[in-house]
Amino acid sequence: MTTEEATTARARPEPIKAVPVRHPGRWVAVAVLAVLAAMFVHLLVTNEAFNWSFMVDKMFRPPIIEGLVRGTVLITVSAMLIGVTLGVVIAVMRLSDNPILRGVAWLYTWFFRAVPRLVLLAVFGNIGILWSRVEFGVPFDTQLGQLFGIDNLQLRLFGFSSRDLLTGFMAGLLGLALSEAAYMAEIVRAGIQSVDEGQTEAAQALGLSRGQLLRRVVLPQAMRVIIPPTGNETIAMLKDTSLLLYVPVSVELFFQLDAVGKRTFQIFPMYVAACLWYLFLTSILLVGQYFLERHFGKGYGASGRARMKLRGMTAEAGGAAGVAK
Amino acid sequence: MPTQATAPTAESGLMVRAEQVHKSFGPLEVLKGIDLEVRSGEVCCLLGPSGSGKSTFLRCINHLEKIDAGRIWVDGDLIGYRERGGKLHEMRDKEVAAQRQAIGMVFQRFNLFPHMTVLGNVVEAPVLLRRSKKAEARERAAELLERVGLGDKLGAYPGQLSGGQQQRVAIARALAMRPKLMLFDEPTSALDPELVGEVLDTMKDLARDGMTMIVVTHEIGFAREVGDHLVFMDGGVVVEQGDPREVIAAPRHERTKAFLAKVL
Ligand SMILES: Nc1ncnc2c1ncn2[C@@H]1O[C@H](COP(=O)(O)OP(=O)(O)OP(=O)(O)O)[C@@H](O)[C@H]1O
Ligand SMILES: [Mg+2]
Repeated sequence: MTTEEATTARARPEPIKAVPVRHPGRWVAVAVLAVLAAMFVHLLVTNEAFNWSFMVDKMFRPPIIEGLVRGTVLITVSAMLIGVTLGVVIAVMRLSDNPILRGVAWLYTWFFRAVPRLVLLAVFGNIGILWSRVEFGVPFDTQLGQLFGIDNLQLRLFGFSSRDLLTGFMAGLLGLALSEAAYMAEIVRAGIQSVDEGQTEAAQALGLSRGQLLRRVVLPQAMRVIIPPTGNETIAMLKDTSLLLYVPVSVELFFQLDAVGKRTFQIFPMYVAACLWYLFLTSILLVGQYFLERHFGKGYGASGRARMKLRGMTAEAGGAAGVAK
Repeated sequence: MPTQATAPTAESGLMVRAEQVHKSFGPLEVLKGIDLEVRSGEVCCLLGPSGSGKSTFLRCINHLEKIDAGRIWVDGDLIGYRERGGKLHEMRDKEVAAQRQAIGMVFQRFNLFPHMTVLGNVVEAPVLLRRSKKAEARERAAELLERVGLGDKLGAYPGQLSGGQQQRVAIARALAMRPKLMLFDEPTSALDPELVGEVLDTMKDLARDGMTMIVVTHEIGFAREVGDHLVFMDGGVVVEQGDPREVIAAPRHERTKAFLAKVL
């Protein structure tokens, strides 16, 4: 008691008034950055090659907006829908007890992750060379016919000219969707494997079938891990639609901007327009992703943090893959 | 057929019969020929040191693990296989699942579904497996939860409950399928000491109502008070079994003595 009284009785020491540590380096950095920024703005404003008025005039023209909506946005959405669905199927196959399904799933992901997206799209764009017509019927009908001594047996039900079926749009969509499925399969697999094994056991012990426990117990819990990297994939997909130039898909944002640039010999302003459009579109997706992650991160403290780490890793992997694509 | 003569019929009063059950994980033989009989309405307590194969044996009974040799019958049905023409045929996934519906299981770590409410956890299986209509299942689930003392927690999520409460929900979830047999794998080992009692009380209630139970536990008091039969396992074999009070008071085997000396 006496010591306590002593301390309270003693006068409160005066607040510390020390000279703070100076950071001259920061001020130098600010000065350098300010100069660089000024130079950049000067470049933007004075360099004729930007041709801003021309760019603004062209970048909202109907064919470009049409390419944006019916190409870039529509293909992003469709390719992601197909990619996620197929990716779930492949991930489940990959984790199945059946060695054949496992093998097929492995082969699929191996192929579509090993071939760069750009190359894949070029191949899909020219796949019509293999067949002039796509027909459905009994496979190997001519060969079977020869076996039974019938010349040129044809058992075809219906068919399309591959020009009708594999339009640039379809080829491009297919190329992107199939490749996306391979990446999504890996993400979904990681999600499924992140769910505690006890969950599967409890569901099995209750008498749920494999399909039921996957649908009702495992996948809903895997979602927390699957959703964030899927957001990254969507953003990557949006950007990768610009690769459709090589299929080619004409109703697409970058194709249209590129075409205007080449026609008018004003390539650079149109590329700047492309940058601005993609910046705008990805920013919208980033905002969406922010809210999605906040929603799915609710109520999970430590595991939420672990997932952030995991997401960082997949983002890195996605980034590296993006370079390879 | 000689093999079918050994199959116990339901009238014999045997709920579980295991015969020479063997199980290996790779080169490690975990079960080296387990024989066990549990009568209807009986509480069988399974004791033994860590790694003796208690959990593995329990998981064999509902075919979460495939056995390498031997036979297990529950209520007269061979588990996991069908015997036809003197040959064993593996059952399909669906058939195994159907057998499991009659066997409830409670785990050491509860394993509740964290994305469903307490009521959702209990209702899920009966509704999904079309055992009962949704409204009916809800009513029964609420009843069961009331019975385990959680009538006021229907809308809570498992993460909001204490360990003891979670384990009681897990018991209600298993009971919702109206099982003939309940398996408990160390149901109180993950609980704080002051929560053990509430789970054991729930299990005692269940035993009093005549449920057939196989309980892996280190709770000697529970075994003595509630158990009808005690089985001591070590090294993948049954070392000693008998009336719990007798075995605990006067173990005959050295290994049983050593084990009881440690846990008592
Ligand atoms: N899936 C598995 N793969 C390989 N080995 C396993 C597997 N499951 C169990 N084992 C091994 O089998 C042995 C028996 O395990 P089990 O879990 O049945 O023991 P237990 O008697 O339940 O022990 P405890 O009291 O610690 O729970 C242990 O040595 C364990 O390492
Ligand atoms: Mg165990």
